[in-house]
Amino acid sequence: MSAEYAHDLHRTPESTASRPRAATALRARVVLGLGPLTMLAGAGWALVQPYRITLLHPFGQGFWWLFAEPPLYVVLFGLLFHLVVARPLVADLERRR
Amino acid sequence: MMPHAEFVHWWFATGFLGLGLLKAAEATVGPEVWGLRPWRRYLWPSLTFLMGVLMWPVMTFYTNSTIHMVAHGSWAQVLMLAGAADLGLAAGKLHSERWRLCSALAMAVSGIAFLVHEQNTWLFSRAAFLHHALGWTFVAGAVFPLVQAFRPRSAGALGGFAVAFVTVAVLLYCDRDTAAIFGHLSEFAGVPHR
Repeated sequence: MSAEYAHDLHRTPESTASRPRAATALRARVVLGLGPLTMLAGAGWALVQPYRITLLHPFGQGFWWLFAEPPLYVVLFGLLFHLVVARPLVADLERRR
Repeated sequence: MMPHAEFVHWWFATGFLGLGLLKAAEATVGPEVWGLRPWRRYLWPSLTFLMGVLMWPVMTFYTNSTIHMVAHGSWAQVLMLAGAADLGLAAGKLHSERWRLCSALAMAVSGIAFLVHEQNTWLFSRAAFLHHALGWTFVAGAVFPLVQAFRPRSAGALGGFAVAFVTVAVLLYCDRDTAAIFGHLSEFAGVPHR
């Protein structure tokens, strides 16, 4: 058997095994990216429409205007999702691997 | 001292954003890994059910016409139905995946309610445009839970479901009580504000 074939035979099971590992790593990256991406969207919205964050200019605002801060909702929900759902999920994904 | 209708839309937008993120994560890792921790199985149905419950006060306090009351009431009922059916599946008390048809029904009924209760044309105001857009998003999005009922492991169905919810969230966040849409605002819509 030539050395070239021997190398191929040796490499094939490794590359087959590394494929699911790469897929798992990609999945983990996607899950870990969802929260920060959401937070980034909320921060972007706050930059484009700063007047939506009434906490920046609170004087003369009623309770509901101060409570309704949609860009902050998006940022906070992204953070909550990242900490409570994404991280434990990726830990489970890694353990399963 | 009632909150403006647009505030309520933003709160529900946050709920739909949550539903979308949860479905996106489940679609990415697959139902097996998603179900490894039992509490995680309850997140999506609990949030859906809670949103249904919270829709009742919206129905009660934002009734400016009969058709609005019927629309809000139907959303409350179908959200609770979809959440309850999924809770049953998560708890193992329901076994048939066909129960996911409740989610398809909820999406279809929600979409039809949006389309029926919006009496104005697309470019009447931003709210009118968004009602039409939301209606058709829900109707089209009903395909994904329908597919999921027959192919529960379909990543495409789960992913599509997630995209539909995130789209609904974005549309709801865009809502303003009175605002123009693409430069159009009917003179009958009222005084616009940011």
